Amino acid sequence: MGIVQWARIKSPWILHFPSPGCNGCDIEVLAALTPRYDVERFGILLKPSPRHVDILIVTGAVSKQVARRLKRIYEQMPEPKFVIAVGTCAVNGNVFQGSPFVYEGVDRVIPVDVYIPGCPPRPEAIIHGIVTLIKKIKGGGNGGRK
Amino acid sequence: MPAISLIVGPQHPALHEAERFLFKVEGETVIDVIPRIGYMHRGIEKLMETKTFIEGLYLAERICGICNVAHTLCFAEAVEQAADVEVPPRAKYLRVIAHELNRLHSHLLLLGVAAELMGFETLFMLFWRDRELVMSLFEELTGNRVISAYVRVGGVTRDISPALVDKMKDKLPKLYKRIERYKKVLSEDPTFTTRTMDVGYISGSKLLALGAVGPTIRGSGVKIDLRYTDPYEAYDEIPFKVITYKEGDSWARYMVRVDECLELINIILYALDHLPQGPICTKVPRTIEGKGEGRVEAPRGEVLHHTIWRGGVTPWRHRVRTPTYANIPGVCEMFKGYHVADIPVILGSIDPCFACTDRTTVMLLDAKSGTRKTMTIGEIKKKYWRR
Repeated sequence: MGIVQWARIKSPWILHFPSPGCNGCDIEVLAALTPRYDVERFGILLKPSPRHVDILIVTGAVSKQVARRLKRIYEQMPEPKFVIAVGTCAVNGNVFQGSPFVYEGVDRVIPVDVYIPGCPPRPEAIIHGIVTLIKKIKGGGNGGRK
Repeated sequence: MPAISLIVGPQHPALHEAERFLFKVEGETVIDVIPRIGYMHRGIEKLMETKTFIEGLYLAERICGICNVAHTLCFAEAVEQAADVEVPPRAKYLRVIAHELNRLHSHLLLLGVAAELMGFETLFMLFWRDRELVMSLFEELTGNRVISAYVRVGGVTRDISPALVDKMKDKLPKLYKRIERYKKVLSEDPTFTTRTMDVGYISGSKLLALGAVGPTIRGSGVKIDLRYTDPYEAYDEIPFKVITYKEGDSWARYMVRVDECLELINIILYALDHLPQGPICTKVPRTIEGKGEGRVEAPRGEVLHHTIWRGGVTPWRHRVRTPTYANIPGVCEMFKGYHVADIPVILGSIDPCFACTDRTTVMLLDAKSGTRKTMTIGEIKKKYWRR
């Protein structure tokens, strides 16, 4: 394991992209960063710019208007990049299935590594999802490329 | 000096949702704002026409996850009015308790985010620590932390247990004391006051003309609160004060929310003491014919659901009007004349919730004259989607 891989596992930085859901997942992702759940003990930090991050967290269903912006943010991230889809809307569209303006899942737009179902998933579930991804990276996953 | 265009969004750390604001900047001063809303558009009103009221309730609460009880309550009120159903008194009180707990969590959330926006991370963490207490009470009452479908058409889904009543009576006064301490911090600490006082001033009459609602307009001294002016559910039986501040700046809008947190804990404690006995739900017919209107004071202001049923199992038309949409013309006026560094603070002071805002039409607001204009998709493509 090189030093870069070691640093990536010990302290993955995340970017939170809220695509059009209902905000329920967004506040649970934020709650995972605050004192009761405190995801920072795994070295995970929330960063504002896509150019600094390893993991992209997408919450909510992806609308056609946001899809191009989401792709661009994904392309701006440095390799290797990982994506976590948080919430049932990001996994398969949830109640917005059948709407002509919404994609049924983030994986229709960008490749996804970990899916976290739930509406909204509890902060424990989100932490479990991130830890699962870290394990996947340790095992030498193929990153964002599918 | 020529004006420079500064684009904020769709993905920006100061915005917690995908929206874009185009600021015309002269030096450090904002002279004009052009909002571009519509990224969060999911076509909810159209989807609502394909759903029965049982399914529609789940869609209504996903308009906004933060103020979900307000939306389900408003949806249920509209359908109950259309079906001509009266809700039992115990359900009315339980709805008030869930609604106020939801408002408490929403206000604490905003105050935490506001502290984070101005770089006061300690206060952010403190607010969110105390918010977890509200979330656990809300979970025990309704069954889930955020989205719970607690209100249903005709009543509520669960009764409150005597053990939970005792727990709430024990925990909420402790939270009251903590919020009082935060009130002292927010009104005295220079980290907060220098960033917010005399920033984003707007007069009450101007906000009235622009159609603002909720704590935004109460921060400018206008006494508008649907719980007081047009009481719904059990609010006509519960005594409470309407909080207004005269200052009209960002600080006043934040302080309205702090004082409301204190006031609504009193409302919950009063409702728990005067909880009537009886059933918690009534039957509602499957097919409905008629019109109904629900108006509810959500944490951010007035929510309106208007529904028309023509004898089928699904509504013929369902219209939603949400508070942030009404506040956007107001907030565009607030930016003008203040610095670029004040943008997050001013935007945070209206508690923006763009998930509420975008539902059906793409509408653009001419910030200079305050007029609205609807654009066709072709016009928008030509103007904004340059390749």
